Amino acid sequence: MEEATTPIEPSAATAPQVVAAEADPHAGAHPPHGHHGPPTGFIRKYIFSIDHKVIGIQYLLLAIFAAFVGMFMSVLMRLNLTWPGRKWTILETIFPLGAPGGVMTPEFYLSLVTMHGTIMVFFVLTTAPQGGFGNYFLPIQVGAEDMAFPVLNMLSFWVTLVGLVVLIAAIFVEGSTIIGNTDFVNNFLGGGGTGTLGPIGGWTGYPPLSALGKIAGPGQGAGATLWITSIAIFCVASLLGALNFITTLLNMRTRGMTLMRMPLTCWSWFTTAILALLAFPVLLAAGVLLLLDRHAGTSFFIPGGLVFSDAVLANKGGSPILWQHLFWFFGHPEVYIAILPGMGATSHILSTFARKPVFGYRAMVFAMFAIGLLGFFVWGHHMFISGMDPRTSIAFSVLTLSIGVPSAIKTFNWLGTLWGAKIRFTSPMMFAIGFVSLFVAGGITGLVLGQTSLDLFIHDGYFVLAHFHLVMGVAAIFGMFAGVYFWFPKMFGRMMSERLGQLHFWPTFIGVYGIFVPMHIMGIVGMPRRYASFQEYDFLRPLDPLVLLVTVAAIVTAAAQFIFLFNFIWSIFKGERASGNPWEATTLEWVTPTTPPPHDNFGGHLPTVYRGPYEFAVPDAPEDYILQTTPDAGEENVAAGAGHATAGQGVQGSSGNGHNGQH
Amino acid sequence: MVTTVSTKPAGSTVSTGTKGVNISGTGRRPAGGNGSRGGPQPPNGGDGRHRAFPDSTPQQYRIGMWLALSAILMMFAALSSAYVFRSTRMQQGWQAFSVPAMLWVSTALILASSATFEVARRALRRGAREAYRRWLVVSLGLGFGFLAAQLLAWRGLVGQGIYLATNPHSSFFYLLTGLHALHLVGGIAGLSYLTLRARRGAAAAAAAAAAGAHDAAGTERAHVDAIGLYWHFMDGLWVYLFALLFLWR
Repeated sequence: MEEATTPIEPSAATAPQVVAAEADPHAGAHPPHGHHGPPTGFIRKYIFSIDHKVIGIQYLLLAIFAAFVGMFMSVLMRLNLTWPGRKWTILETIFPLGAPGGVMTPEFYLSLVTMHGTIMVFFVLTTAPQGGFGNYFLPIQVGAEDMAFPVLNMLSFWVTLVGLVVLIAAIFVEGSTIIGNTDFVNNFLGGGGTGTLGPIGGWTGYPPLSALGKIAGPGQGAGATLWITSIAIFCVASLLGALNFITTLLNMRTRGMTLMRMPLTCWSWFTTAILALLAFPVLLAAGVLLLLDRHAGTSFFIPGGLVFSDAVLANKGGSPILWQHLFWFFGHPEVYIAILPGMGATSHILSTFARKPVFGYRAMVFAMFAIGLLGFFVWGHHMFISGMDPRTSIAFSVLTLSIGVPSAIKTFNWLGTLWGAKIRFTSPMMFAIGFVSLFVAGGITGLVLGQTSLDLFIHDGYFVLAHFHLVMGVAAIFGMFAGVYFWFPKMFGRMMSERLGQLHFWPTFIGVYGIFVPMHIMGIVGMPRRYASFQEYDFLRPLDPLVLLVTVAAIVTAAAQFIFLFNFIWSIFKGERASGNPWEATTLEWVTPTTPPPHDNFGGHLPTVYRGPYEFAVPDAPEDYILQTTPDAGEENVAAGAGHATAGQGVQGSSGNGHNGQH
Repeated sequence: MVTTVSTKPAGSTVSTGTKGVNISGTGRRPAGGNGSRGGPQPPNGGDGRHRAFPDSTPQQYRIGMWLALSAILMMFAALSSAYVFRSTRMQQGWQAFSVPAMLWVSTALILASSATFEVARRALRRGAREAYRRWLVVSLGLGFGFLAAQLLAWRGLVGQGIYLATNPHSSFFYLLTGLHALHLVGGIAGLSYLTLRARRGAAAAAAAAAAGAHDAAGTERAHVDAIGLYWHFMDGLWVYLFALLFLWR
């Protein structure tokens, strides 16, 4: 798999150079990164690897696993909402305590809500676009041999994995009488074995419910402790990753790769890393405070005189609202952490398959930064109903609505890129266009929710649910799908099946609209979030057909994801061999000497960059695209006069598509 | 091709021919991407097989450290905002206690430690390795002294019956000082690393210089700068926390 080389020509010619580079006795005199030789042996190559490419794939596989777990949970939720009280024999076998006799309990439903949200937000939306694709392609796209701190990079993946394991453990300490009754769980973590699946506090973990421990309900003992611990671990992992991304991008760009020549994907990973670097520490601080409240008897979040289960608690004067401020100060940038890489990938892919330069490259960069910057000043719009001063909420409201401006700039430029283009409708392109569609559909309701007076009514209802699932969840996942279909040939050296890709796209695209458009209506009617069942609310009965429609759409959409899973696994082993640049794209990941790229990405020759990232359809050019490594006509003479065979040309000549600037 | 490349004289890389030529669609000259900070870039050693800019590598330690510090700063900013909010707008149960005398001692120790580290850093710049090592050890000792003084201050408070959960002020006190101490332990690890390297350093530096490894010295300086940043930051952070907890209001 790693050894797969470009079938078309010069990979053989570059191989000796790689060997020579290793054998060079002076290599040791230049200690910097990258100069760890290619590892041998399975464990160092694929498990504890410090190669950013392997780590990127590890992140991606982790996210795919987590996504399927989260999706399974959402289907269970839909089953319970549509047919409450129904007996599912299989559930009794899997979750004997969460669904006794096969009937889901309300607490089980709430724990599904919590775990679905946490897994999806942290371990899918935050890991795959940034940790997965960013790790794999940021160093290659800026022309570096590896990340700035490869060991730190490995560490951030493994810490993330520990976070996921701890989170999944939260299910079992509370859901199992065996694990849940050990001394460790009872004395140290706060008790378990109460019969749900996990914590029930929702992914936002609002106190006091999340701060009181076992007395707050099933799942809030050891399960919630592990849940908070997992998030704290994840914070640390994200910080390590973000630090590495920014340093790599600032310090390791190759010759000629000015900031304004970077692909928009790099800009998006850069912005995302800055957001993560500044937002995750705040969540970490909040998590520490919450753990202290739960286990050390402090009162940061627990108000004084709180009566709980017929007893007055001893806590003095904490503020539950304080948690909301800290949480959402992280939580809103987190939305952009999830979506920005998708925006970058979409811009990149739209341009490639429209065979046109990105419309308004500079505007795209500034819009991205404007979104990131504004994202830090709008957290209050999650808290309009918390009793905040109306003057404060007006300020938050205005700032929130102003995010519409850079978002509209991006949308406008995407449409401008597509305008009048001869579009190649490949599967990555389909998902990128789908991203634009979902981003608009989900983003437009942000303007509704950003207004205090409207939000007071629809807050905590299905309208909000539909809004953020479309824009943050599904759109970001479409960005990921686009990325997988687009970069798969480079990552695995084989093409994914185009037919299966299209077959995956249509049910998914129609399915997600089938799920989330009806939810807007439910929200306006007044259906509240996080209720396990609506049986007792007569005014919601007329919505039953819609509820059923959503569930059917959810099951169809979920089923369609197995087409993707099959295509992904099958293509790794049996897909058609990919050439070095199958999409005829321009950026540096397509000029690597082999596919997948060798251990140091460019076979010892760092490329030289002569132009911007999206030079498609340049008049008078021999082909409809020009690689970033192609010098201009005047340039070549100078280069040839200076002694030819420069790094840039060396790499470019081996790009495997026969296009080498015609010297 | 291999031979052609490796026998090429130093400096005859493409950049010499292209500097200042406007070639791109963006109208930018092909400046070295790494030039965001550090001055003119040396040629890449004559063969394209190594990093184009070996000189830029040490810089990554400084950049990485600035980024790490901004993350730590955000965390303490979040906790500070909680503290300010709790101590002014929501004073239920708030009972501030007066400054434990021991904290003045610890403040003096950490300030001194920052100063001695700076002396050490400058000694290294001068090339006075022996002085560098000596002042490093002094800084390390002062760092341990600070931790000991903090522990004594905690023990004094515990003796007065002031615990983590006693009241909001004590909760914040133990939390903030504890987190600071935890981060300081990281700084002590960094100083210990430098000290160990400095001990081996004298011999190793001579060997490296003989081998013509300009990079090794640059990397060591970058390590010292990065860890120095961290150490000074811990110092400043402590002064800030001290003022926030006891002097401000």
